[in-house]
Amino acid sequence: MPSQTGPSQGGPSRTRPTLSRAEVAHLARLARITLTDAELDRLVPQLDVILAAVARVGEVAAADIPPTSHALPLTNVLRPDVVRPSLPAAAALGGAPAVEDGRFRVPRILDDAEAADG
Amino acid sequence: MTDSYEDVLTRFEPVIGLETHVELATASKLFCGCATAFGAEPNTQVCPTCLGLPGSLPVTNRAAIEYTMRIGLALHCTVASWCRFARKNYFYPDMPKDFQISQYDEPLCIEGYLDVEVGSDEGARTVRVPIERVHLEEDTGKSLHVGGATGRIAGATHSLVDYNRAGIPLVEIVTKPVEGAGAEVAKAYVTELRDLLRGLGVSDVRMEQGSLRCDVNVSLRRPGEPYGTRTETKNLNSLRSVERSVRFEVERQAALLEAGVRIVQETRHFEESSGSTASGRSKEEAQDYRYFPEPDLVPLAPAPDWVAEIRSSLPEPPSAARRRLAAEHGFSGLDMAQMGGAGVLDLVAATVAAGAPAAEARSWWLSYLAQQANERGTDPAELPITPAQLAEVIGLVGAGTLTNKLARSVVDGVLAGEGEPAEVIAGRGLAVVSDDGALGAAVDAAIAGAPDVAEKVRAGKVAAAGALVGAVMKATRGQADAARVRELVMAKLSPAE
Ligand SMILES: [Zn+2]
Repeated sequence: MPSQTGPSQGGPSRTRPTLSRAEVAHLARLARITLTDAELDRLVPQLDVILAAVARVGEVAAADIPPTSHALPLTNVLRPDVVRPSLPAAAALGGAPAVEDGRFRVPRILDDAEAADG
Repeated sequence: MTDSYEDVLTRFEPVIGLETHVELATASKLFCGCATAFGAEPNTQVCPTCLGLPGSLPVTNRAAIEYTMRIGLALHCTVASWCRFARKNYFYPDMPKDFQISQYDEPLCIEGYLDVEVGSDEGARTVRVPIERVHLEEDTGKSLHVGGATGRIAGATHSLVDYNRAGIPLVEIVTKPVEGAGAEVAKAYVTELRDLLRGLGVSDVRMEQGSLRCDVNVSLRRPGEPYGTRTETKNLNSLRSVERSVRFEVERQAALLEAGVRIVQETRHFEESSGSTASGRSKEEAQDYRYFPEPDLVPLAPAPDWVAEIRSSLPEPPSAARRRLAAEHGFSGLDMAQMGGAGVLDLVAATVAAGAPAAEARSWWLSYLAQQANERGTDPAELPITPAQLAEVIGLVGAGTLTNKLARSVVDGVLAGEGEPAEVIAGRGLAVVSDDGALGAAVDAAIAGAPDVAEKVRAGKVAAAGALVGAVMKATRGQADAARVRELVMAKLSPAE
């Protein structure tokens, strides 16, 4: 996966990141997206093109331009520790597919193999 | 056959590492204005932000940042001049957003230490526990697993989630590996950290309510060898569990290593009932959280004067308070080690601060109350009696209103939830009959009831007075001070009269 830019990383000499087919498959699995072989065939080169386009921005940055993760030149945007009204429980739960005992009801978390371990 | 913990330590050196999670006692959550009160009805302290609804944006709570800096500075850490929150991505229903806002490679506080004292036969020994980082993140929701055995996730048919806790500010304090440290150091560290955090006023540090919880890494090595493979025992929620789980892991790993079996790096769970740990999920491959800087929050850059202001507001650390306690009240190194080992040092200090003589405070916490805590399987600090209440009882003994025996009964009453000491005394009818007039009448009656005994005492047979004292104690239903009764008996029957 592409490395994160941070104040201690990056710079103009950075090499263009690439994604292997295995990395794309891994990321898809982590994102719970099922990709067929045909889809991987199509998406791996496409993602590579996108990464190459983004990498061109990095080429523009000279040594005097620090990498950034935010467009806003702000720090310390903070609020006072004051309680504000929450949603009524009915509203909070209103959009949930299933509710039980005032709680969000979710499908079982571990699959059989994991359950055998846990 | 497993060797005892002490045997293992003669052949292996344990290395431990601790990750402690502390829920901050802010009024509102980390990134939204929802309340943080414990015990509210499920899903009544939630809003679009902490439910991760589309269009909501987080705004950071200033108090949570200040509390984190307080903790870091009290642990001798450096506060970062610039850092960011990061997104930790994972699919698990305890976070409705499918990510947790945390800190990754840019924690707010780094590189500190905490000195802890461990009791031994030779007195207290100080161990410096190096702190790697102190960072801030949001807590997760609480899941109830339904349909399986005893609420376990394994075998559950479905789960129910309450997001009241999701978004409460949670500080994670991570130590570096502590070499040559075992169960005692683990327990002493968590105890010291808890007392420090309580003194800082940043958390209510209630382990039984989960506002302080611990993960402990343990590995073993033979002297001079590199670190062994470690296991991590998760979610320990009492000091006893911290200590017992480390002891168990040390013994378990030693037995495996002696048998030539490799230790598997894994997460384990502590089973309170058996005092043992059991393997959790071994699928470590899932640990790919794809952290990236949180795009919805701008960086933090605490100015030096803000940091200095927080530093100057820090209270005296518990270790310094203890040194003062030892010096002021003449406690020996052994006294201090005993009190430290029993986890009552701060309680003794607080009892003395509430006006009790140091020796009495020490003796109550070290004997009667330590015993009560032990019988309940809890920590002395978790007993439902405050240092101020105990100081009041001790004061009443000093004033002659209570005997030691009655005082224990008053303490029992407070522990049983019968109210303040005065209410227990009234409710149980426990006040000593200390009024000399009333006692004098009882003494006169006893003498009149046993003229032959009185005559022997008058003749100089002092030992015979015991029968008269006994009669008075019986007449006052044990609520008189026996020493005072004896004085009155002897005064009335002295040959000089
Ligand atoms: Zn909220």
